[in-house]
Amino acid sequence: MTPSVDSSAGRGWLARLARGRAARGVLAVLGLLLLASALAPLYAPQDPYDLESLDLLDAELPPAWMEQGQSRFPLGTDAQGRDMFSAMLYGAGISLVIGICAVALQLLIGVSAGLVAGYRGGRVDAAIMRVADIQLSLSTLMVAIIVLGLMRSAFGSDRFGALAIPMLVLVIGIAEWPHFARAVRGSVLAEKQKDHVLAARALGLAPMRIVLRHILPNVASPILVLATVQVANAVIAEASLSFLGLGMPATMPSLGALIRAGFELLLSGSWWITLLPSLLLVAIILCVNVLGDAMRDALDPHSVLLSHYPR
Amino acid sequence: MAALTFVIRRLLQALLVMTAIATVGFAVQQSIGDPARELIGEGASLAERAALRQRLGLDDPWPEQLLRFLGRAAAGDLGASYTFRQPALGVILSKFSATFELVLAASLIVIAVSIPGGIYCALRPGGWQARTIMVASVAGLSVPVFLTGILAIALFSVQLGWLPSYGRGDTVALGAWTTGLLTSDGLLHLLLPSFTLASIMVPLFLRLVRSQMLEALSQDYVRTARAKGLPPMRVWLSHALRNAAIPLVTLGGLQVGTLLAYTILTETVFQWPGMGFLFLDAVARSDTPLIIAYMVFVGALFVLINTLVDLAYLLIDPRVTLAGPVR
Repeated sequence: MTPSVDSSAGRGWLARLARGRAARGVLAVLGLLLLASALAPLYAPQDPYDLESLDLLDAELPPAWMEQGQSRFPLGTDAQGRDMFSAMLYGAGISLVIGICAVALQLLIGVSAGLVAGYRGGRVDAAIMRVADIQLSLSTLMVAIIVLGLMRSAFGSDRFGALAIPMLVLVIGIAEWPHFARAVRGSVLAEKQKDHVLAARALGLAPMRIVLRHILPNVASPILVLATVQVANAVIAEASLSFLGLGMPATMPSLGALIRAGFELLLSGSWWITLLPSLLLVAIILCVNVLGDAMRDALDPHSVLLSHYPR
Repeated sequence: MAALTFVIRRLLQALLVMTAIATVGFAVQQSIGDPARELIGEGASLAERAALRQRLGLDDPWPEQLLRFLGRAAAGDLGASYTFRQPALGVILSKFSATFELVLAASLIVIAVSIPGGIYCALRPGGWQARTIMVASVAGLSVPVFLTGILAIALFSVQLGWLPSYGRGDTVALGAWTTGLLTSDGLLHLLLPSFTLASIMVPLFLRLVRSQMLEALSQDYVRTARAKGLPPMRVWLSHALRNAAIPLVTLGGLQVGTLLAYTILTETVFQWPGMGFLFLDAVARSDTPLIIAYMVFVGALFVLINTLVDLAYLLIDPRVTLAGPVR
């Protein structure tokens, strides 16, 4: 039996999304940024992780358009003489990779848990959703701060720095899966009463096959929207943790770690080391949030109309 | 009778949660560092260290150690901080006043801004003022709280030089409690941190007030209240707002943990000498007893506030009973 996709919810929403101007704009910006940071090793003026190539004499130079700026360093340098342009390119890449991987982990755990809970029902459902409720009642950021704080004092800052990426992905990924589990479970409950699923069950297909090929494709769209919003939240969480010194180390900085390193110099007037990565971070978060909004609107055209009226 | 059941059930829950947290704390203490080495330093001989381990009971089987740890924790003894050489819980409590005053000031700002703002947006949903407020609230949600703090420092401290950027300023001791609320310097130092902390919570609450008010205003009882000629202010506040209050309290309860995390970030940006600042310091120094004391204290705070939230439902909604709150 061929997989059944309910066309009324429609694949058409992706096409509708691609027609929207705001969505096209932010997609282009995000795509360019991902490409730029992925290809950074090919063209960036400097390798920010190669501490040998840094010269302390170049430290704290302002951006090139200011008086003491040099054209070698278009956006200035930090306290170690690191080129801010290169550091921000690499840093944005790290922030986005951690955000996307963390959400991928949330998806994996949350979607599986939601599918099982919704399809099985009964005690399994009750148990999974109870765990999800408890997890949700704890604040992600608070749990992450305590867990990473314990890790850091257990490993020492050097070994912690080397393990920072997987640990950030794990902590942010595990803390937020219940959002997906709830969304998926709700959709599955609605979906499993429909005729195409009943038909598949009557044919005696294995539950695994029904869930993966007849239910999952029909609940995929809202999950994609949720995932986009969650990427923005994960990027914020990573930046906050790195700013506290519980994330990426100064030798391999994400945007949050760059802001942390520059913050000490803000009071002495070297604003570019903090404010330039801050602007890039806010721009990334805003773009992802706008994309999420556009996806929601494209998925449910009525919500655009309704949002202008009191609800 | 219902009150008694409620109290007993709450106490049991609190006991369970606190035991779980203390057990995690015990596991942490077992796996991070060696208390014997921390207490007598690196220079001591192996024999001296073994003697101390013996005296502290570190060689006993772990269930015995766990029970002893829980027993002491119940009496408020969570060990001595390695860096301060004082009882860890006392060190945490001595920083509580700074954090409390920061959170109190931020909460007052959140209430003072989000309730009138949300009501206004609900009353005139189409106007440009309401639209501006809603757009600003989306932008506010997109800026991480530590960045708000940094931008505020860059503008008000570095560029304009109007406000101090770090510390608590002059404080007055009232017994064991130190307060910055009674000196003008202390109040000046409180301005940037409290507005920063409030900035992340205001959009959340403002949007909820707005949507709840919009819903309440379309209900029949509001139409009836208007029809019988009550003054508009009275209809908005005692008819509509009161019914919007339950979700607000629920949101407040849910946000407690997040608020504590944002407080840590705000304290770090402004070097505010509170519990969060102390916790990060303890992490950097691997001061295990202090880390555990913080975890236990925050856990207790969490349980306490959730109980207060449940009690608040009683005050707001006369239909709620202690045995089974209507949510």
